[in-house]
Amino acid sequence: MNTQAGSHSVPHHFETAQQAFESAKLGMWLFLVTEILLFGVLFCIYIMYRGLYPEMFHEASLHLNRVMGATNTAVLLISSFTMAMAVHRAKHDDRVTAVRMLAITFFCGVIFMTIKYFEYTHKIHEGLLPAGMFSYDHVTHVKMPLFFSLYFMMTGLHGIHVLVGMGLILWVMVRCQRGAFGHAYSTPVELTGIYWHLVDLIWIYLFPLLYLIG
Amino acid sequence: MHQATQGHGNYLTEGGFWSWFTTLDHKRIGVMYLFTTLAFFIVGGLFAVLIRLELFRPGNLFSPDLYNQLFTFHGAIMIFMFIIPIIPAALGNFFLPLMIGAKDVAFPRLNLTSYYLFIGGAMLAVAALFSGGVDTGWTFYAPYSLRSQTAVILVTLGVFVMGFSSILTGLNFMVTIHKLRAPGMTFHRMPLFLWAIYATAIIQVLATPVIGITVLLIVMERVLQIGFFDPKLGGDPVLFQHFFWFYSHPAVYIMILPGMGIISEVVTVFSRKHIFGYVAIAYSSLAIAFISFLVWGHHMFVSGQSPLANLLFSVLTMMVAIPTAIKIFNWTATLYKGSIQLQTPMLYALSFLFLFTIGGLTGLFLATLSVDVHLHDTYFVVAHFHYVMMGGTVMGLLAGIHYWWPKMFGRMYPELSGKISCFLIFLGFNVTFLPQFYLGRLGMPRRYADYDASFTTWNMVSTIGSWFIFAGFLWMFAYLIWSLFRGEKAGDNPWGAKTLEWQTSSPPQVYNFEKIPEVKEGPYHYGVMKTE
Ligand SMILES: [Cu+2]
Repeated sequence: MNTQAGSHSVPHHFETAQQAFESAKLGMWLFLVTEILLFGVLFCIYIMYRGLYPEMFHEASLHLNRVMGATNTAVLLISSFTMAMAVHRAKHDDRVTAVRMLAITFFCGVIFMTIKYFEYTHKIHEGLLPAGMFSYDHVTHVKMPLFFSLYFMMTGLHGIHVLVGMGLILWVMVRCQRGAFGHAYSTPVELTGIYWHLVDLIWIYLFPLLYLIG
Repeated sequence: MHQATQGHGNYLTEGGFWSWFTTLDHKRIGVMYLFTTLAFFIVGGLFAVLIRLELFRPGNLFSPDLYNQLFTFHGAIMIFMFIIPIIPAALGNFFLPLMIGAKDVAFPRLNLTSYYLFIGGAMLAVAALFSGGVDTGWTFYAPYSLRSQTAVILVTLGVFVMGFSSILTGLNFMVTIHKLRAPGMTFHRMPLFLWAIYATAIIQVLATPVIGITVLLIVMERVLQIGFFDPKLGGDPVLFQHFFWFYSHPAVYIMILPGMGIISEVVTVFSRKHIFGYVAIAYSSLAIAFISFLVWGHHMFVSGQSPLANLLFSVLTMMVAIPTAIKIFNWTATLYKGSIQLQTPMLYALSFLFLFTIGGLTGLFLATLSVDVHLHDTYFVVAHFHYVMMGGTVMGLLAGIHYWWPKMFGRMYPELSGKISCFLIFLGFNVTFLPQFYLGRLGMPRRYADYDASFTTWNMVSTIGSWFIFAGFLWMFAYLIWSLFRGEKAGDNPWGAKTLEWQTSSPPQVYNFEKIPEVKEGPYHYGVMKTE
């Protein structure tokens, strides 16, 4: 066994490194299925209320800031690309580029959350809040508060996932810097990558469904 | 067959007391789950005894508020802290790797994390018990759960955390079964218990996230007033019921499928015969898991669902009976001309067949729309699901505990005592719950602290039955604990079973097998018994 970058002893209950890696990957995919179901409930609620009050969704959506939403979409798309690059470079023992790519990905997460922060404060300021706390003055549709409940629940849950993803990226970045990964072993980077792509993918759905239906 | 390896410690004795808390050994984690969930079973059972005491005669022994809390905690504890986790997380954890010839589950650290998440979630629920309790029933129906002044947030958070634990366990088992089977252990050579555990894991992974987010939304409703389920804020309370039952109906199969798996093992071992219809039993588990996702609406026949939806859900619900009946017929056919040995595990398995059949058939009554309108929310429903959950799952569990006890702890339970307590429990169970079918048909509603005097006689009978169950379990816990220290030493394979877990020492050594076994035949080849 080489002692350079990427050496890693296989846990005792696995026979081969390949088996360990495949298990970890299958586990991650199953976990992603549970994540999709988690968001699936919110999408169901969205579909139901939008079906009931299409004109309300149309009007309420106009209150969201499309420029900020679009910027965030672009930021996440870029971050998905850099994440994929990081995985690729880590596997090819290119530690320096891998760490750099992870850093850019992390930074994209920071931008995303910052923009989200400004969006949220603006909404809170205007009183465009979840149903029971809704206090916006010029309501045009009596059910409009429900839209903002959905907005905060969906983007909020997504935001939490972004934060978790950023934590994971930071963790693999540190380990990558220390030379833990290489062609023989890069499971954590790869799993973090899969997770991060899913988080991006969910946003790709959230953005048009919330921002672009006005 | 090799004998217990001398000189090696077994999994119980290796390391000190504290090493248990950080252990990654699936066997130890299984044992910790077993004792934890049994402890919750005792607590939930005591609540049940109190409930029956209140209902012994009309009038109030406890205040109605206290009664509401009693049945809420009885339900929530029994479901979320006992019957959902115990068979997969305790027995499944212990025996899954052994039965496929692996050294451990795929993710041992995740396994321990699941255990601590479970403890954490349970602690939240226990904290609720001490901070005002909860009176919503285990179903947390909106809008009452949004208004109740009790500790709903703590309990729902507890359910969320325990749900997470359940997801991780299911995920771990699925990966283990896919990736860690010993050489030669094809899917069709796996013991049927594992097919059941696998089907259960699918439901755990695919249904639990839905209840997770749903109870979180209840918390959000209370904290941020999001109003999805609150009619006052423009929301729809029936939507909550949809999400709740989308999980909680499949969850019924999280509870029953592993029990069915144990019955498949026990019936064949104690008939000394190859299981009849292996493939049919294996795939019927998957069929049940699949159909279970399509029937949730049968809990809402009277909640204002459209007639078309009612009709579809009614028909789909009846379809569950098909794979279930396939199992029952195959077990019965396995018994046919077997050389049946009536030891305690087999007695429980036979109890299962008898009681679960009643539970399943009465489920068909409830699936029938016109009948359900009359029986909905009566004691008929209570009797039905106790016949399924206790008559089914708990009997299966007890069969499994007695069957595997010698393997887990290396000592036999006392056979005569086992039979006595099985008899007490079987008798007490029927005395308690048969009258409830009748009470329900008469129209006695569930979840009330008091009832009309005309229901008195059968309620008294029911309460007396609960004392027999109580005595049976008391006796069982006493002899099981006794047997841990004084029980007769068990050999490696006291039942002469064929599955892999019996091919290692009792109790098993730390990494399960001296050498990873190579599998050459199916798990139930009794026809071609070799001399040892
Ligand atoms: Cu159901």
